Amino acid sequence: MPVRDLKGRQVWQRRTGRESLLHWVMWLIGVAVFAYCWQQISASTTWFFVWDAPRIANDIWTRATPPRWEYITQLGKPIWDTLNIATLGTILALIMAVPIAFLAARNTTPSKYVVRPIALLIIVSTRSINSLIWALLLIAIIGPGVFAGVIAIAIRSIGFCAKLLYEAIEEIDETQVEAITATGASRWQVMAYGIVPQILPAFAGIAVFRWDINIRESTVLGLVGAGGIGLQLSSSLNVLAWPQVSLILLVILAAVIISEWVSAKVRGAII
Amino acid sequence: MSELNELVGRPWKKPPFVKRAWLRWAMVLGFVAYLIAAYLTIEVNWARVYEGLERGKQFILAFANPDFASRSGDIWDGMIESIIMTVASSVVGIVISIPIALGAARNIAPLPVYLICRSIIAVSRALQEIIVAILLVAIFGFGPLAGFLTLSFATIGFLSKLLAEDIESMDRVQAEAIKASGAKWAQWINYGVQPQVMPRLIGLSIYRLDINFRESAILGLVGAGGIGATLNTAFDRYEYDTAAAILLVIIVIVMALEYLSGIIRERVQ
Repeated sequence: MPVRDLKGRQVWQRRTGRESLLHWVMWLIGVAVFAYCWQQISASTTWFFVWDAPRIANDIWTRATPPRWEYITQLGKPIWDTLNIATLGTILALIMAVPIAFLAARNTTPSKYVVRPIALLIIVSTRSINSLIWALLLIAIIGPGVFAGVIAIAIRSIGFCAKLLYEAIEEIDETQVEAITATGASRWQVMAYGIVPQILPAFAGIAVFRWDINIRESTVLGLVGAGGIGLQLSSSLNVLAWPQVSLILLVILAAVIISEWVSAKVRGAII
Repeated sequence: MSELNELVGRPWKKPPFVKRAWLRWAMVLGFVAYLIAAYLTIEVNWARVYEGLERGKQFILAFANPDFASRSGDIWDGMIESIIMTVASSVVGIVISIPIALGAARNIAPLPVYLICRSIIAVSRALQEIIVAILLVAIFGFGPLAGFLTLSFATIGFLSKLLAEDIESMDRVQAEAIKASGAKWAQWINYGVQPQVMPRLIGLSIYRLDINFRESAILGLVGAGGIGATLNTAFDRYEYDTAAAILLVIIVIVMALEYLSGIIRERVQ
């Protein structure tokens, strides 16, 4: 225990001298890095606009309230599109994520040194790129519209679903698999009766969880032209129709809260 | 016994996932009906998709031959700006979210403070980064400051919620022992609570750093600074090789961060 002698009195300390010096140096480096970052941000900021911000915020607030309620009649179709993008995207992603998860899990992969790294690479690369970027890319390739949104959400979700699913597969109870194997079942029968029943609850949970996230993401996909309510948001922003913007934001907020509530209920029922 | 006799001689069948037959069929039918309705309302221009396949092929080929050189200045500047935004917003976000997390833990904070902190978390979690970024760009003007504020705001919701849950599930005994020794409130937090939640705080912070970097890549789309603006321009000009280079850099940095966070989390836990 680090104890310091202070004029004959023994004082307890949390760290030894070396440890506290090390801590001090780490804090110094951290603060220096932060100061540098802040200086860079501050250098590329027009401070005049920032000092003016409260007035602008107040101005936008007065323009945006009250929301233009009658505009809601035109939002039915975009909301339906948004729902479709999220749901169909999730389904497509799950269809692709299941085989990848089985290839990536240590206990089911056919080869640890060739197939598993490829599956992990797919998982990481689809996960690390945001759905908006995928949408941007797909719009350049297959043109703007709901379809690009569906594919963008699907690709983005593969990595997420496959990662959680392969972790669930790696955590299964091996004795059940062995019991099925001992009955003389083939490789596929072992999968169907030994592994799948064990991961089914996890699978359902992941599907609903990802669907919830996808609802959030699909509301903004329209900003780059991939369909859904984001299209209305972006066109309202472009013509500075702030009352419409505030209504759309309220609708998006409601959609997000409802989808979160649904997903929490369903997950509560499954698990 | 009669049940067993009835079952003997019949082949075993897999029990269904949903027990009640009518519910099972209603779910299947509803799902199929939804799929048909969704399929009918989505307009897909297959001719356009077919045309695009050629461009898709070009893009995939561009990944094999990314062009880091011709726009290296823009890529470098954008990346540095993204990283700076990520670091600064993570630091500020973490510093602000620690007191909010303490306030949002029911076993530490009184009810009024708890409710205020929980509502801050709820607001921050309900608004997506990109929408917050649009509003902040409108208010503060273009540039990394808007992105920095957006990411800090998003970090607060994420980190405070998870940290508050960890504080709520901490071991009471240790905290009480510190209290029994006559510690003041600050000392109680510092020596009774903080050591218990520190590993989780470090793990979550690094995870959030990772998320912030990924998010900072898209904030440029709405003018909030970072690599997103460069990426958007590259797509608009059909410079697929430059876009592929940017995406590869993002993937590599995210992979490196994930690897690093794995090591650090293993060491602190």
